[in-house]
Amino acid sequence: MEITIKNLKDIKVVKLVGDVDASTAPSVQQQLVPLAELNSKILLDMTQVPYMSSAGLRMLLTLYRQTSAKDGKLVLVGLSEDLQDTMSVTGFLDFFTTGTTLEEGLAVLN
Amino acid sequence: MERIDIHPTHIHGDFKLRRGKPFPFGATLVPGGVNFSIFSSYATSCILVLFAKHAPQPMAEIPFPEEFRIGNVYCMVVFNLDYENLEYGYRLDGPTNFQEGHWFDNQKILMDPYAKIIGGRDIWGIPPNWDDVYQHRARIAFDDFDWEDDRPLEIPPEDQIIYEMHVRSFTRHPSSGVKEKHEGTFAGIRDKIPYLKELGVNAVELMPIFEFDEFENNRTNPETGEMLLNYWGYSTVGFFAPKAGYAATGRLGMQVDELKALVKELHKNGIEVILDVVFNHTAEGNEYGPTISFRGIDNKTYYMLTPEGYYFNFSGCGNTLNCNNPIVRNMVLDCLRYWAEEYHIDGFRFDLASILGRDPWGFPLANPPLLETLAFDPILAKCKLIAEAWDAGGLYQVGSFPAYGRWAEWNGKYRDAMRKFLKGNGSVGEIAQRLQGSPDLYAWEGREPATSINFITAHDGFTLMDLVSYNWKHNEANGENNNDGSNDNDSWNCGWEGSTEDPGINALRRRQIKNAVAMLMVSQGVPMILMGDEVGRTQYGNNNTYCHDNELNWLDWTLLETNADLFRFFKNCIAFRKAHPVLRNRQHFQNRDYVGSGYADITWHGTQAWNADWSDSSHTLAFMLCGKHAKQGNIVDNYIYVAMNMYWEAHWFEIPGLPEGMKWNVFANTGVTSPEDSWEPGTEPLLENQTGLLLGDRSVVILVGK
Repeated sequence: MEITIKNLKDIKVVKLVGDVDASTAPSVQQQLVPLAELNSKILLDMTQVPYMSSAGLRMLLTLYRQTSAKDGKLVLVGLSEDLQDTMSVTGFLDFFTTGTTLEEGLAVLN
Repeated sequence: MERIDIHPTHIHGDFKLRRGKPFPFGATLVPGGVNFSIFSSYATSCILVLFAKHAPQPMAEIPFPEEFRIGNVYCMVVFNLDYENLEYGYRLDGPTNFQEGHWFDNQKILMDPYAKIIGGRDIWGIPPNWDDVYQHRARIAFDDFDWEDDRPLEIPPEDQIIYEMHVRSFTRHPSSGVKEKHEGTFAGIRDKIPYLKELGVNAVELMPIFEFDEFENNRTNPETGEMLLNYWGYSTVGFFAPKAGYAATGRLGMQVDELKALVKELHKNGIEVILDVVFNHTAEGNEYGPTISFRGIDNKTYYMLTPEGYYFNFSGCGNTLNCNNPIVRNMVLDCLRYWAEEYHIDGFRFDLASILGRDPWGFPLANPPLLETLAFDPILAKCKLIAEAWDAGGLYQVGSFPAYGRWAEWNGKYRDAMRKFLKGNGSVGEIAQRLQGSPDLYAWEGREPATSINFITAHDGFTLMDLVSYNWKHNEANGENNNDGSNDNDSWNCGWEGSTEDPGINALRRRQIKNAVAMLMVSQGVPMILMGDEVGRTQYGNNNTYCHDNELNWLDWTLLETNADLFRFFKNCIAFRKAHPVLRNRQHFQNRDYVGSGYADITWHGTQAWNADWSDSSHTLAFMLCGKHAKQGNIVDNYIYVAMNMYWEAHWFEIPGLPEGMKWNVFANTGVTSPEDSWEPGTEPLLENQTGLLLGDRSVVILVGK
């Protein structure tokens, strides 16, 4: 699992590379939770996440809850069709704002 | 402050352990690890067996240290497990003695009876590896679903309109229009919520969704050679786990979330979820069945045994769960509480519920502890409890099921009486009782009309289209020489066995279908319709399709176009019921005027107003409901008049007069072809002649007076 975090003006762009499951989710969470500050804008680029397990999706929801609690915004972009469908039928997708491309995600946050 | 109990005290190989907690039973995520807890009355030792997901052989076997046993419960925390990729089972040692009822065998790996997720049949229909040492594999579930503000809907029982359905059958047909990967799944139902809303039902009753093994059937279809399945799933492998093969995400082990997401979405749309639960037997079958769990853990506790050690078979399925043993009773209670609390389930329908009232030797109990416990349980307090009030051992308790003021019943007598009346037999005296919510069965005990779950068809037996198309069952495809399935169908083929091009017969069949649903929707009590009846689904005369994963069961969505008139009629009848509280009374009729309207709450009529023909040869009956008596006079509704002519000839019906200033309007007349056979409530046209009408042969008219 690789995580890169870049700042684009006031938006934190996080790129995840690799599967997010019970073994990687804790470390991802550890690195992302500190990003959730007051009014923070976070964009998660999932283009290179082939698979997210149940634990991975729970980590995402926790991050969403923590961001919203601080009046921040979280946007997911680049979800594969498969992942999007899994998130949809398990109810996770209902919580998130999503975009197809990075640009779309940035536009939502701006 | 850090808790002291997150620190291991024992070590086994690479695993760090600690004494666990007995409650809750099953495997539970705790800080740093998983708490495993299992009980057995007769075991002498227990080993926890751990597998990596899908692995053929265990990665570890950890004996419970004797000091981790409390009473008959083995409990242990194992730390640092990759719980998402873990499967676990148990080996138990103890006596082996058939006559004594002990089946311990430490060579077998046993599934936890409290398993919340069960792997092994992750994707529907993928043939299992029969050589696998562990067929149905317990896994660990997350219990942190985000329900937001959802909770069970608590729709008043008398306001329910139940749709009995099979998860896979609903959207498996390619015509369903759902995404291919959602076909036949919980996700597929969610995609079709708009359809359920349009139809107007407010409760879905899901045929069994507890994990079962669809491969539990060794028969083949003699016509095609195709392997038959246990398709319906009335054979529980695990009582706490949803059927993985019913989830589009079962392959990812996310069935728990998918089912919860479905329940949440149905609730958002005003639709309750009732589960058909099978506690009368398990998938372990008779003496020759597989050892999956219960048999190897505590055979003598879980099953009713003869003095010789054989299984009693009150279920007709090989064994009988020992429901009034205190331990099993607690398991059933734990299970229902889990579904109510964890999945927000609104109600339960108990398959062959009379078994739940038998003692460990099979005798019916006057005051069955299990039924009483469920009736008074605080967590289940608002859940609907519905009994299939009979069993395969000859106990028939419709009208006498031990109810404690809580239990409703599938009213088999309603079904039988309405079917007979529909085909031109039966007694109008009985029909009058059935239309009123069967006060003859329930009022004497103070049980409300909603005690009566009214239905004409259900999964067992003919579909409504087949009820009017076949005189006899045609179950050859089930591989039992047409010996299975009920012979008492009270069906009538309208003149030809099976499908026909004869326009007269087909017109009569459509009319009979409409007659059936019209009578059902104006009956006091709770109506239940069978999935697909609203579009004329056929099973080609097969009245026991439990074993077919094909078009005998799948709902063909093109019928929605072919039989658009039936769908429209069902929809209007449901809307009519919802629009009129006088059809949904909480209390039984009193047969008198107690609000000073000049009309009794219900009055009976025939071809002559105020004079019903109660004779044995009568096939006509009409009744009027006084709108001022709706909901015991608390709500003012319209007056409703229903006339039923089940003669083969038309009859003139004289109509009772309305209070000054009111007029009769026609809501439905099944004797007229679509679209004039029914109207959207509120748009009903005025009846031309206010004093009488000609009711066609085998027809029902419903008028609304306003």
